[in-house]
Amino acid sequence: MEAAIEVTGLCKRFGSTVALDGMSFTVTPGEITGFVGPNGAGKTTTMRVILGLDAPDAGTAVVAGYPYQALRRPLTRLGSLLDAAALQPSRTGRNHLLWLAHSQGLDAGRVDAVLGHAGLGKAARRRAGGYSLGMRQRLGIAAALLGDPPALMMDEPFNGMDPEGIIWMRGLLRSLAAEGRAVLVSSHLMSELEGIADHLVIVGRGRVLADTPTRDLLAAASGDRVTLRTTTPARAAAALEHAGGSTVAAGDGTLTVTGLAAEKIVVLLGESAVPFSEVSAHRASLEEAYLELTRDAVEYRAEQAHGIPR
Amino acid sequence: MTATMTPERSDTEMADRDGFARLLHAEWTKFRTVRGWVIAMVIAAALTAAVGLYAASGPETGCQPVGPNGPIGPPAPCKPSNPVGPDGEAVSDSYYLVHQALRGNGSITVRVTSLTGRSAPGGGLAPGPNPEQNFTSGVQPWAKAGIIVTASTRQGSAYAAMMVTGGHGVRMQYNYTGDTPGLPGAVSAASPRWLRLVRAGDTLTGYDSADGTHWTRVGTVRLTRLPATVQAGPFVTSPAWVQAQNSALTAATAVFDHVSVPHAAAGAGWRGVSIRAHAQEASSLPGRFRAAGGTFTVTGSGDIAPAGPGPTNVGMPADDGFVGAFAGLIVVIVVGTMFITAEYRRGLIRTTLAAAPGRGRVLAAKAVVIGSVTFAAGVIGAAPVIPAGASLLRNHGNYVFPMSMLTEVRLIAGIAALLAVTSVLALATGTIVRHAAGAITAVIALTVVVYFFSVPLAVLPAGAADWLLRVTPAAGFAIQQYVPAYPQVNNVYTPQHGYFPLAPWAGLGVLCLWAAAALCLATVLLRRRNA
Repeated sequence: MEAAIEVTGLCKRFGSTVALDGMSFTVTPGEITGFVGPNGAGKTTTMRVILGLDAPDAGTAVVAGYPYQALRRPLTRLGSLLDAAALQPSRTGRNHLLWLAHSQGLDAGRVDAVLGHAGLGKAARRRAGGYSLGMRQRLGIAAALLGDPPALMMDEPFNGMDPEGIIWMRGLLRSLAAEGRAVLVSSHLMSELEGIADHLVIVGRGRVLADTPTRDLLAAASGDRVTLRTTTPARAAAALEHAGGSTVAAGDGTLTVTGLAAEKIVVLLGESAVPFSEVSAHRASLEEAYLELTRDAVEYRAEQAHGIPR
Repeated sequence: MTATMTPERSDTEMADRDGFARLLHAEWTKFRTVRGWVIAMVIAAALTAAVGLYAASGPETGCQPVGPNGPIGPPAPCKPSNPVGPDGEAVSDSYYLVHQALRGNGSITVRVTSLTGRSAPGGGLAPGPNPEQNFTSGVQPWAKAGIIVTASTRQGSAYAAMMVTGGHGVRMQYNYTGDTPGLPGAVSAASPRWLRLVRAGDTLTGYDSADGTHWTRVGTVRLTRLPATVQAGPFVTSPAWVQAQNSALTAATAVFDHVSVPHAAAGAGWRGVSIRAHAQEASSLPGRFRAAGGTFTVTGSGDIAPAGPGPTNVGMPADDGFVGAFAGLIVVIVVGTMFITAEYRRGLIRTTLAAAPGRGRVLAAKAVVIGSVTFAAGVIGAAPVIPAGASLLRNHGNYVFPMSMLTEVRLIAGIAALLAVTSVLALATGTIVRHAAGAITAVIALTVVVYFFSVPLAVLPAGAADWLLRVTPAAGFAIQQYVPAYPQVNNVYTPQHGYFPLAPWAGLGVLCLWAAAALCLATVLLRRRNA
């Protein structure tokens, strides 16, 4: 399937700071792509380059096959939410959408349609200066949906949302992807994307650390560790090591086994008549996988912050 | 890759003809949905009107007629208003004329052998038996002596004249504003000047000659609706000496001989007449005429020329009411700047550029919207000031220089254009600086402050003020000038009297150049910078 958004080899420096260092990935229609990385990893800069707001030193970014600048009525190709606070405080939310609509040749009817969709209700006719952060996010979502675009890009959309808002947002993102749209969502917190991202682009230090389906990342991170509880750890360890596994005593009648699947362990222990009270396969969380992957990037930043030479 | 990188025509900006219309629509929506900006524009229009009318209601230079029981009636102009010339402009028309009627086509020829002058530095005649005791001799450069063909002896009549001048050689002048040079050099007995005017229908042709034999045509003019019988003959006049705020009346005396009117009506004789508003008119001295053996010695004082504000003309231009444009201008500069800097302050500029990636076109759309809105506000503000302000001034006994309907329209459109172009300059400066306070300060300094120090306060040396009003955006204020400056009229042509160093449209052109240059720089920076 053709990529909705494709960035290739983006490089960008701000003075002596390297913001992007060969950033490359694609965003596929019908999926939610999580764009994850610590603060300062280059997520926002990448999104700005995609929108043609920042010029890269090298590399290209295309939307539906074209550079963003070449798109006429670009909001009908890519809806984006970068900074929900970017509003004229004295203009009402509805009027904010109205000028955006007019810039794309759309009318007020479309504005009212997306306002309903974003659940802003009567607040739309109040001055945007009085909006809560959550209301601003909803207005930003409405602006992104205005052109009914096949691709959407949102920078930290969960910021400042209450739990109800987060649930609403996750449902909305899922339904947008289910309609066949490409959805790119950035976050510095993996937990926000857990359970909704189909694909993950994990970044650090301005480049991609992992670009993988969420399922594969989880499987790889979990490895094959199994936790075993038994009253006779020594016998259990002998039996399992004989079968090719390796064990580490975790104390208190607990063994961590690697190299053997949980089902195999149950069979082996049964054959050897070793009593056990629990055999459980370890499930890594996305958070752990993410921390594992980004540890270097975070350490690097910490080092820089403390001025420790590498 | 190459295939996908080539956009389809329908997807490109190049094929997007109505793209700019959408941008204009969006920017107009942006403007009208910020209530503060709309209110500010209403205030700008109201200030232009209100401050202008307030200023016009202030000055009272008139004199109140006094009866036995105190003042009677409203104040009236102390000085009679200027005569109005054939084209509706204010004119000076005071001179001494020796004339006879000339019926139908014909000609008049004279020789001028002398032109001398005196001036009264004290301002006029001294009391007592020797009224000219304080006079000093010396002829004014624009003292005039020659022959005139005029529709009548009433002030403001259509005319054509051939003359020698005190310092500008022979001239052919007509209908107050027309001026064509002839033979150079001063006149004397050794170097006399022969002058001739020939009437053929509505056409008058002037000739000059140094010897009465070899004639040169100086010019031909058409005077429409010239009556069949006109008045023709020798005349002399001498304009007031002016410098800064000072002026002094002057008089000139010329000697004519070889006076010849070949087709004069039988029995016609020469009659001398002082063409003046009344005997005590302040802008000229009384004249006289003596004929002896075909030689006429004529003394005259005054001028036959367009009249404008200056030390000798106490009247005021109606543009004193335009100070309101000034108050409006400050508001307009603030709104024009905020139209872009508010977007920078909130980061909204990124939303704008994501919706319309063509950055030059975004700025152009903003300029068109702010310029149009301001122009409309300027017209609404200026339209009542021009006629109402002039009538207010007149009601308070001030003399106001007349203006034609076309001039009124030009002034209203000009004031509105001044506001509109300045708002675009403010928008462009705001784009360059990206900071409201800095941009507003810069534009106000370059326009309002420069003007204020150069014109109403007049604290700058004349040369510096002149230079600033030529090269800074404040040159645009020249659009207020509606009484032109004439090189053949000696006057103090300073902004305080309503004369700017640049012509009205040229001054506005300088402001336009500033706005255009600022827009170009703003476009380059907007394109180059990360948003």
